[in-house]
Amino acid sequence: MSRSSILRTVGWLWFLASLVVLVIGFREAIFLVPTDAAQGDAGRIFYYHVPSSMLSLIFPYINFLASLAYLYWRRRDPLKALTSDALALAAAEVTVVYASICLITGSIWGRATWGIWWTWDPRLTSMLLLWLLYVSYLMLRRFSSSGQSQTLAAVLSVFAAVDVPIVYMSIRWWRTQHPAPVFGGGPDSGIDPSMMPAFVWNIIAWAMWGIFILGFRFALERRRQIAEQDAALSAIEASLEPAQ
Amino acid sequence: MKYIGHVLAHLRKDLRIEWRSRDSINGMLFFSLLVVVVFSLAFDPTAAVSRQISGGILWVALLFATVTALNQAWTREQNHQVLEAQRMAPAPASALFLGKAIANMLFVLVVEAILAPVFIVFYNLHVLGNAWLLALILPLGTWALVVNGTFFAVLGLRTRNRELLLPLLLLPISLPALLGMVEATTGVLTAQLDPLEINTWITQLAGYDLVFTIICILLFDTVLNAE
Repeated sequence: MSRSSILRTVGWLWFLASLVVLVIGFREAIFLVPTDAAQGDAGRIFYYHVPSSMLSLIFPYINFLASLAYLYWRRRDPLKALTSDALALAAAEVTVVYASICLITGSIWGRATWGIWWTWDPRLTSMLLLWLLYVSYLMLRRFSSSGQSQTLAAVLSVFAAVDVPIVYMSIRWWRTQHPAPVFGGGPDSGIDPSMMPAFVWNIIAWAMWGIFILGFRFALERRRQIAEQDAALSAIEASLEPAQ
Repeated sequence: MKYIGHVLAHLRKDLRIEWRSRDSINGMLFFSLLVVVVFSLAFDPTAAVSRQISGGILWVALLFATVTALNQAWTREQNHQVLEAQRMAPAPASALFLGKAIANMLFVLVVEAILAPVFIVFYNLHVLGNAWLLALILPLGTWALVVNGTFFAVLGLRTRNRELLLPLLLLPISLPALLGMVEATTGVLTAQLDPLEINTWITQLAGYDLVFTIICILLFDTVLNAE
């Protein structure tokens, strides 16, 4: 079997496995976990809101590391640099997707429990800021000409990556309407043991799904890059042919 | 020492060019004046309200003015092939950046100095808190806007829609700093924030300035030579 067909099989298996885990997670969260005493069924959105917000804080770092790798390899090894740029782009897009899910589920939940869709509380603001940063990253990639967009985007990614911890720490610096950090946030943190299986299944499921989307988008971007290289090569070859 | 010499040479050049034309200072000044007038018409503020919102309006006016001026900041260098010359010169590229950023900072500070009395008259302000803290907040906040703005302006040189792109990139990156400036300024104007909190905002602003100045200096060479 060739390398690409092995990769394709692995991709399919990963996709099917994450579908299975998503279904298990859905069943646990919607049917098996006891209804929240204070919030009723609205509390079940926890299992979608929290995993997506945790993941949307992880994917930016993939983007950041890939961008650093791009900047390092830019002159030394252009082919590796292109690969890491494709990874950075894929990670940024997945970040935007997860941050959007986090914001949307969060405001639905907020409407159900606080009675408002949105409040300018530091934690909400910092998440919105994260979303804005990575949307502007994608905008930059769209606006710049293809030859330079990778370097410019990698530079912007460094700025965004520095901004993310600043906005993230803001929730620990100020008291907010949003609940305090649930995990590792102090003596009262943590969730009821009865909620744990649903939460664990869902975070694994969404992480697997995110990795699948990341890989898929990465492969797509690699294909685009290779097609671009081939087009450039054939253009050069055509210009070398003697005129008839 | 040699590095500082390079920075000063770039700074002198920018100041001299600006002194001859006074384009960006006049432009910024008029623009921010317009923003102030537009806001006071839009909100029709009374004395108590105006004190609450004037910190925000001051910074929004300065931010917009800075963005409009920075869009033009590098075009002169580009037209006169200064960037190509810099690439071939043995001088470090970040000296060019620092000189330009300091020059822009001075321009914005001039605008602030002229704008402050206008603000006091238009919004019937008198400062209730420690006024001397503003002497700390204004330069720190201005540097936060200018250092990133200068950087993203050079980053935008190589893109389509440069004028559109600069605010799109600069605003999200600057939001933490903007929050700090607005909160600290309003805290000083209204004296409703306790001094400890104002101190925290100022420290955060200083930290932000430090971090982003270092990143800009480190990455400027990469952007200048991006191919």
